[in-house]
Amino acid sequence: MKLTEEEKKTALIITRQILKEFNGNRGNLIPVLQQVQNKLGYVPPVAMEEMAAHFDIPAVDVYGVLTFYNQFRLTPPGKNQVKICMGTACHMRGAHTIQEAWERRLNIKVGETTEDREFSLERVACVGCCTMAPVVVINEQVHGKVTPTRVDGLLFSYQLDKQQTKEGGTE
Amino acid sequence: MEVTITIDGKQIKARKGTMLLWAALDNGIYIPHLCAAREETESPPASCRLCFVEVEGYPAPVTACTLPVAEGMVVNTSSERVNRLVAAGFELIMSNHRLDCKNCPANGNCELQRIAKARKLRLKPKNLPVLHRDLPVDDSAENIVYDPSKCVLCGRCIRACRNHGQSVVGFARRGFERVVTTCGDVPLGESGCDSCGECVKACPVGAMSLKKK
Repeated sequence: MKLTEEEKKTALIITRQILKEFNGNRGNLIPVLQQVQNKLGYVPPVAMEEMAAHFDIPAVDVYGVLTFYNQFRLTPPGKNQVKICMGTACHMRGAHTIQEAWERRLNIKVGETTEDREFSLERVACVGCCTMAPVVVINEQVHGKVTPTRVDGLLFSYQLDKQQTKEGGTE
Repeated sequence: MEVTITIDGKQIKARKGTMLLWAALDNGIYIPHLCAAREETESPPASCRLCFVEVEGYPAPVTACTLPVAEGMVVNTSSERVNRLVAAGFELIMSNHRLDCKNCPANGNCELQRIAKARKLRLKPKNLPVLHRDLPVDDSAENIVYDPSKCVLCGRCIRACRNHGQSVVGFARRGFERVVTTCGDVPLGESGCDSCGECVKACPVGAMSLKKK
């Protein structure tokens, strides 16, 4: 997924602003990553390089920390955030099949965002409604007993919604 | 200051504070090891779990790379418990190492082959299923071919790259997904790697190799 020049510029400005508050001690790397992620919603490569220079460590070390923790994102979140529950009950009821269905339909992997930025895919631990397993949460809406066919249905309904709001806007 | 220790009934002298592993190797006693490095005295990674030895006075086998020698230490490099631990550790490593010795550039000069021979272990895991990650081979760098499916995650290339190279490779991700890679997973050729070849010298297996001319 490509970032626009403007996004890179804002990312750089924000990262520099945040780095000003921290000294060069490499123990500050995680707080900096968290703050950048809070501000931007993700941590882009330009920010990683800026941090590496600030802490005087190789950029690949920043990348290593970033990919080690689940809380960090490498790509901007999509307009619709799809969260697949991977709790015990959902796992037993085939959450992996559901994950594969989403990955195939959206043509992205977990943790990524589609090229048009409409959808991003995430795995979460239990969302608290195990009787409905396997569960998928889209934005704040919970969908239970999901099947691969239902994934197609959900995607279709989002496309319809989008089309309707678009038509509504032009009228 | 020198101390005298006994390894496998052989008395050896070593400088106080040296790790047991290096003291043994310097005196011609082989202990399997992958992740250890001489220069890393502060906190050895101790992640390969192959250098276990039995030390008198210790309730369980210890990793030789993390134990500084002390006067009068009595060490046994192989006991039933040690062999079991090493066999398990070795099998875990081999369970996701792509075996292709015949075509491997490290054939004959491979640390895994050496360990298997020294400890009479099989290269092919017997009790564990083999799980390959099917990661693509990276031959984008000028002189270096990197095959991540052969990597045993010892970290030697990373150390070499830091000390002598451009610091382009490092560990990323976690668990089964852990890989040696570059920042942003870009191919080596685009990472600022200048093909100095230090990682190839450091690699104990055939994961990093020189391009065939």
